[in-house]
Amino acid sequence: MKVQQISIFIENKSGRLAEVARVLGEKNVNIRALSLADTSDFGILRLLVDNTDVALETLKSGGFTVNKTEVVAVEVPDKPGGLCNILQVLDEASINVEYMYAFVERNAGNAVIIFRFDDIDNAITTLQEKNVSILTGEKLYSL
Amino acid sequence: MEYNIWDPLHECLERKDLQRLQLERLRATLERVAKVSCYQEKFKRAGIGPGDIHTLEDLVKLPFTTKEDLRQNYPYGMFAVPMRDVVRIHSSSGTTGKPTVVGYSRKDLNDWSNLVARFMTAAGVARDDIVHIAFGYGLFTGAFGLHYGSELIGSAVIPMSGGNTERQIMILKDYGATALVCTPSYALTLADRIEKMGHDPRTYLKLRVGLFGGEPWSEELRREIETRLDIVATDNYGLSEIVGPGVAGECLCRKGMHIFEDHFLPEIIDPETGEVLPPGEKGELVLTNIVQEAIPLIRYRTRDITRLHYEPCDCGRTLVRMEKTMGRSDDMLIIKGVNVFPTQIEEVLFQVEGCEPHYQLIVEREGTLDTLEVQVEVNENIFFDEMKKQRAFIEMIEKRLATNIGLHAKIKLVEPSSMPRHEGKANRIIDKRNK
Repeated sequence: MKVQQISIFIENKSGRLAEVARVLGEKNVNIRALSLADTSDFGILRLLVDNTDVALETLKSGGFTVNKTEVVAVEVPDKPGGLCNILQVLDEASINVEYMYAFVERNAGNAVIIFRFDDIDNAITTLQEKNVSILTGEKLYSL
Repeated sequence: MEYNIWDPLHECLERKDLQRLQLERLRATLERVAKVSCYQEKFKRAGIGPGDIHTLEDLVKLPFTTKEDLRQNYPYGMFAVPMRDVVRIHSSSGTTGKPTVVGYSRKDLNDWSNLVARFMTAAGVARDDIVHIAFGYGLFTGAFGLHYGSELIGSAVIPMSGGNTERQIMILKDYGATALVCTPSYALTLADRIEKMGHDPRTYLKLRVGLFGGEPWSEELRREIETRLDIVATDNYGLSEIVGPGVAGECLCRKGMHIFEDHFLPEIIDPETGEVLPPGEKGELVLTNIVQEAIPLIRYRTRDITRLHYEPCDCGRTLVRMEKTMGRSDDMLIIKGVNVFPTQIEEVLFQVEGCEPHYQLIVEREGTLDTLEVQVEVNENIFFDEMKKQRAFIEMIEKRLATNIGLHAKIKLVEPSSMPRHEGKANRIIDKRNK
């Protein structure tokens, strides 16, 4: 039920983001989703890709500082209020969201929300109890 | 524990015998330097002559020699022997302006070999060792000094010289070196590269001892080198103006570096006033070379800050011990009126778990206020994918620095390899204030 995510340290100087995209493109790694948290000095780029291991190895040998983390991908109907329902479930269970980002599925008419939780196992159990649709890694990587 | 001593006759002298020898040698040296025009003028100005030195305490009456004197007498003006008696020239790395030039007579080279053999023996190097020298062979004294010392001991020398890290590793591995000679930062560069090649640096090589010098390094850096390479890392001290390596070296008791006092008279002075400080006080090391023929320097200001300890050492040597240098009186940064030694910042960074010794200090002036930025290379251990944790990490270092150096420094994380990798001296300070 967990999805592998890659985080990359990006120094705030021109061309670094392009360099990440370039080395991944060269190895035929496809980016499924991304988010960037930034400060004036540096940014943290988070990626979901179709081949996490190849991406990790490629970035490391390209001299990037990379970490692998586990996140949860939740599928909600792509309509008003879709996000709110999920957040209410989490709020009622007092589950903290460290950060989140989202994208829309091309064909299914669903939105996919990526959550990073402090306590990932507890969060998954709660979401399952509430019959929330959680995407597996395989499903997500192949979207 | 058994401690090996290369020259017990001179390294274990009773203090009163040592002092008698020192006085005799000092007076002979003064007679010789009286022929050097720079010293003729200095002595004249101070109203003193070689005949006025009756005890070692009289040393303080003599004027200092500085790097500036060597520059003004560039290249050979400070030599006390004619060129026909000089068999070797070396010079400082000279990053600013003209280098300083030193010479060696045949006897000086023999003495130098003996001095280096002393500290290499103290570090545990013996005849069976294979010594890999990764200092650059050239005008810099480091490589040749260690080379002669190893040969005198009878160990096998690999004169590798600097640069080309991958080739260094191949030679280290294939030739089975047991002792490594280089700068401490280069030792870590080697460990980094071996790891990148997918090997464990602790077991990949046969190294068991390292003799590091050429730049100041902290106890934390020593621990890191010892852990990552699984060797005994030892310190030694020297400067090209005073023989090169071989002024002092650590024994395995690790209570400081024994200064070879039968060759060099050490003093600690207040760098501001020039006044001699009592034993144990921190100040600038001043050395008088009482054996050298070619270029004996009187009360030479090393600019290195340290302390001297005269209590006896368990190894049996009676020689005074100097602490690891705590920076230089001239690379000391004064930021917002606070004196900062780069090694202090290094100590703080090393105490942070996961932090590596790759850092650079950027000093700037914004308006009238000085700012200090410490750039630290990020690595997987100190990189978090949550911004909250990343910022907390940075704030934690800033807080520790503020406590330790009494100054707010901005920590900036930068990508690995943003800084020039130090195959020689690490250039850790960029001071933009005077430009």
